[in-house]
Amino acid sequence: MSHDHDHDNELDPFAARVRALETILTQKGLIDPAAIDVIVDTYETKIGPRNGARVVAKAWSDPAYAEWLKRDATAAIESLSYTGRQGEHMQAVFNTEDTHNLVVCTLCSCYPWSVLGLPPVWYKAPPYRSRAVIDPRGVLEEFGLTLPGTKKIRVWDSTAELRYLVVPMRPKGTEGWSEEQLAGLVSRDAMIGTAVAKEPA
Amino acid sequence: MNGPQDLGGQMGFGPVAPETDEPYFHAAWERRALGVTLTAGAMGAWTIDESRHARESLHPADYYSSSYYQIWIKALEVLLKRHGFVTERDLVAGKAVDPAATPKRVLKAADVPAVLAKGGPCDRPVATPARFRAGDRVRTKNFNPTGHTRLPRYARGRNGTVEAVRDGFVFPDSNAHGRGENPQWVYTVVFDGVEIWGEGADPTLSVSIDAWESYLEPA
Repeated sequence: MSHDHDHDNELDPFAARVRALETILTQKGLIDPAAIDVIVDTYETKIGPRNGARVVAKAWSDPAYAEWLKRDATAAIESLSYTGRQGEHMQAVFNTEDTHNLVVCTLCSCYPWSVLGLPPVWYKAPPYRSRAVIDPRGVLEEFGLTLPGTKKIRVWDSTAELRYLVVPMRPKGTEGWSEEQLAGLVSRDAMIGTAVAKEPA
Repeated sequence: MNGPQDLGGQMGFGPVAPETDEPYFHAAWERRALGVTLTAGAMGAWTIDESRHARESLHPADYYSSSYYQIWIKALEVLLKRHGFVTERDLVAGKAVDPAATPKRVLKAADVPAVLAKGGPCDRPVATPARFRAGDRVRTKNFNPTGHTRLPRYARGRNGTVEAVRDGFVFPDSNAHGRGENPQWVYTVVFDGVEIWGEGADPTLSVSIDAWESYLEPA
């Protein structure tokens, strides 16, 4: 069970430290606590991997859109109204029969917030950041994904301000599916590269 | 700097351990930590490059034993003190004691959607033409700067191929230290796994980085 509600009488030391910092900045008029509420609500309820899944589903359904996404992902994604912080400069990378793509940020936690939301803890933690570039197959095994030995693996280390979105391959047996149905097959991990698209049930 | 953040190829951290149906936040304070970090950043006193450098300047033992939101808050305290918004006396007291510098702006709740939607683009015009083209063979610099850099250790002194010429971007190595944006061309440079990791490397692996022009020389 996650323990994510406040207990004023038993704040752990770090919770107390954050609360103190917010209090100090608020008392000095430097921040607006109501702005924090809006930020949290935005990233908890409005911006998440459903955005990216719709981009992928559209690319699967519309070859012209896929071509645009390949050429200018920032504009193609903006056309679906997914814009903003940590999505200012986008690049879509397409999995093929030959090559599987995997995205990491070895130096910090760069991640395409506008299409995937806030990153999961493992994406920001040392095990993934250290090993994705040297042992991607071993990392993928830990996600339950075993790639054929002949498949090439391309790892994209997000060292600058480009943010990467993996476009997985469209599963067979989905001919005629609507974009909404297709989006349901596209998980967050498939757009990072630690999974592939789900097979139709 | 060769700090704790430069993790590519390090060993001993154990398995990745993804969490099923992971929530965005694991404690209530993490929500506030995200919001305090973003609203404080919105004051406009420091850049994203300076904040990244503050995080990687934590002591390695502290960095590795902290969660990512803890790293953010510890670095934020450093930034707030450095720029005159918070003092040690404030932090000890847990309330405002000393006066603060004047911020460029205070982010109000009503403005949050527009500010988040706008983001902070850091592409900039560069006066000179791009030195390299797609397909060029290049070698990354071998250097060990004590300040901020975005060239990871594993990719220094390596031969690779320019795959794409990106835009001009703010140069973090100077911008993090208040020495100007000095935009440079950025390139996606791809390396064979064997070039980086040598003996025993996965022969099917290639790794790319996005490199500022001054990180590169013709190979």
